[in-house]
Amino acid sequence: MARISLKVNGKSRVVETDPDTPLLYVLRGNLELHGPRFGCGLGQCGACTVMVDSNTVRSCMLPVSAAENKSVTTLEGLGSVARPHAIQAAFVEEQAAQCGFCMNGMVMGAKALLDKNPHPTVSDIKKSLNSYICRCGTHLRVIRAIQRVSNSSVKA
Amino acid sequence: METKSISRRDLLKSTGVLVVGFSFFGNVTRVLAQGDGLSVDGMDPTVLDSWLAISKDGTVTVFTGKVELGTGVVTALAQIVAEELDVSFNKVYMDSGDTDTAVDQGVTAAARTVERGGVQLRQASAAARQELLKLASARLDSPVDKLTVTDGVVSVIGSPAKKIAYGDLLGGKRFNIKIVAAGVGWDMKVAPEVPAKDPKDYKVVGKSIPRVDLPGKFTGEFVYSQDVTVPGMLHGRVVRPATSLSAPLSVDESSVKNIPGMVKVVREGNFVGVVAQTEWAAIQAARALKVTWAEPTLKMPSGSAEVFDYLKNTKSFKDTVPTNRGNLDVAFSQAQKKYESTYYFPFQLHGMFGPPCAVADVRGDKATIWTGTQGPFRTRDAIALMLKIPPKNIHLLYREGSGSYGRLESDDVAEDAALMSRAVGKPVRVQWMREDEHAWDPKGPAQYSTVRAGVDAQGKVIAWDYMDRSLPWSESEANPLLASSQIGMKPTGPGFLNGASGGGQIYSFENQKVLAASIPWVQQGQWPLRTSNLRAPGDLARVFASESTIDEIASDLHVDPVQFRLRYLTSDKRIPEVLMATVKKAGWTDRPSPAPASTGNIAAGRGVAVANRANTMTAAVAEVEVDKSTGDVTVKKITLAHDCGLIVNPDGLKNQIEGNILQGVSRALLEEVQFDATGQKNLDWNSYPVIRFQQVPDVEIVLINRPEMQPLGGGEPSIVPITAAIANAIFDATGARMRQVPFTPQRVLSALKA
Repeated sequence: MARISLKVNGKSRVVETDPDTPLLYVLRGNLELHGPRFGCGLGQCGACTVMVDSNTVRSCMLPVSAAENKSVTTLEGLGSVARPHAIQAAFVEEQAAQCGFCMNGMVMGAKALLDKNPHPTVSDIKKSLNSYICRCGTHLRVIRAIQRVSNSSVKA
Repeated sequence: METKSISRRDLLKSTGVLVVGFSFFGNVTRVLAQGDGLSVDGMDPTVLDSWLAISKDGTVTVFTGKVELGTGVVTALAQIVAEELDVSFNKVYMDSGDTDTAVDQGVTAAARTVERGGVQLRQASAAARQELLKLASARLDSPVDKLTVTDGVVSVIGSPAKKIAYGDLLGGKRFNIKIVAAGVGWDMKVAPEVPAKDPKDYKVVGKSIPRVDLPGKFTGEFVYSQDVTVPGMLHGRVVRPATSLSAPLSVDESSVKNIPGMVKVVREGNFVGVVAQTEWAAIQAARALKVTWAEPTLKMPSGSAEVFDYLKNTKSFKDTVPTNRGNLDVAFSQAQKKYESTYYFPFQLHGMFGPPCAVADVRGDKATIWTGTQGPFRTRDAIALMLKIPPKNIHLLYREGSGSYGRLESDDVAEDAALMSRAVGKPVRVQWMREDEHAWDPKGPAQYSTVRAGVDAQGKVIAWDYMDRSLPWSESEANPLLASSQIGMKPTGPGFLNGASGGGQIYSFENQKVLAASIPWVQQGQWPLRTSNLRAPGDLARVFASESTIDEIASDLHVDPVQFRLRYLTSDKRIPEVLMATVKKAGWTDRPSPAPASTGNIAAGRGVAVANRANTMTAAVAEVEVDKSTGDVTVKKITLAHDCGLIVNPDGLKNQIEGNILQGVSRALLEEVQFDATGQKNLDWNSYPVIRFQQVPDVEIVLINRPEMQPLGGGEPSIVPITAAIANAIFDATGARMRQVPFTPQRVLSALKA
């Protein structure tokens, strides 16, 4: 067991855990942040995506020790139902989910894309999100939601 | 988010109890009336108070056995209630899937929730409105036919000052009236004699009201079954053999004793699981635990070829014959041309994106279960049977999981959690790992279909002989789930039939037989690969075979495939209408298939297919490109028209149709469970690929609304024609006829050479 310091959604947090524990279980278990989800545990689906510094990572594969003293942003760090981020608001506008279980990955993936490329083409969006699985088939709505953010004057 | 709940049993002991309920509508505070309708099997449906309650602030609380599976259906049900009661949508609170408060309306499945459950709620609401008007009539001293209702306030027509709100009429009190409710589950008819609102007066039904569950799903605030936490909760994982169930010959507990936080290795009969203080410890323990499994008594088949041989050569235990007319022998003897083909459909996964998860708290002869089951009462009763306690001692609270498409009618993980909780005497959360779900997902069954057709000298189809040979669902109400099986419970039947629609019944041929044969699969108390209902069960395969055959005949006769179909689509005008709406939107031009041969490697084509699933009509046009050098198929666009009677929520319906189309493309091009005698080969998303963004086609949808009809299902019918439309488009592009799903590059290349 070890004490590990993290900066999560702007707040300093210290957790007592096995340093090999994947970040996902620390976020969900120790810190009760349920935005990132378990989908495969293999880095194949994107459900567990968080941002470490400015990069998206699959938190199911990353030992918590590797995030020590780094800045971790989860879905909760973007916004809330009461005060949504522009991306989250656009997803609501487009009703861009069915079961919604993959939406953590979709929203975080969209954030990473729009941070780098504020005006992506459909082809850019498809390429950028190709490693995120949605089983319900809401891809077209996700694309429209990202285009909505891109087309709006609101900064993403 | 903390989850608090109170059973209606407790509620009924006092009046005016303040209830903090959990739902995807957010935490709400509500005051409920005293009631006494509790029966062993949920609430008594003949008591109006079992269905809904009206609080002093006018909030309407609906107690429904139907659950949200990510399809938006609970929003649609709330619209139906709001409409019938004349209250605003925001005043309706859905208390869903709680076995202590809900009426058992049957499982949420088969796109029947709006069609059946919605009509039940509509009629209960109509009965409630009738009673409220009666009360208002006495209070306002005005006959009922002079009253009108606006957002839950009853007023006298022409004297708007004379008014009273629902909350003031009844708030906090019971209706105390009986209503008619005959039959059970889906088939229950509720207050059928009470007149419902005329659809021309609808204000809420028919509107694209945004789904109530979605905002929290984009922020992490929504609570899925995977997010439920209760005080003192431990974490469990299951440990199961690689292929068929068998006995653990030895379990080496020393292999996990050094894992920090390890609590217990749970063994009961052939069930093995681990319980630990933390989730990560449980995962490590499940991986590390050394178990030697006995050779299963039942071997896995060596591969799909063996399964198709088995389907072909094994005697059916039940033949379903939805259509049988004329004399096929005579018709075939008179036919100038005969066609005969076989079509193959593989085992496919439901492929839940999030593996299932449940929390169970078993204390003595009582239990509380939080889970994502599609059938709260069914799962409660199965756990009761397994734990040998009365069903009424179990309180099951539905919490939504990831989309399940039929899979969570077989809620295995809730049983796993119950066994582990009983073993440690504490609440236990069990989530399956990805490989658990890929391996033990009760698959959509493999199907083997043969079609024979005969055409006379005038080019008229005079004979149609269709046979589907399918495995039934090993997982069904008759048969125990995994944990129950492992502790020794035996199947009581061969399983549930995999449906019979889609074998060409939509066409009116003079001599026509459609037969669906059910081939026994559960054997010796076991099964080689579990099977269950997968979205639109069986229809994809049957429509693939029948619509490919129609296409083949049209092509052979040099007739445009739409025009050819129209000759025989005479049984129900909604079918040609949905077909014409599709081809008009798709810009279809009449010509026979295949298209003129292309010069380069890339060949483009279009294909059509039509389907009737449970009286919802769909027709799809697929536009594809085939790379003839590699066999790669790209679906460029799908156009689909959809007629499910009265539309409750147009955007919600479009969302469902888009999803069905994309999942349909995925199942047509990519999906096949691979296995050999040693077990299943694809246990992750790399080895069982599903559609990804770069494979997503454009989609165009035409909604046909029929307010004069009852609402019908929208959750699955539109996946049905997709496989066939793509196959027919591949033929149109290349002249190669696909007979086996999925249409992998290798199979396309083989078909091109054939």
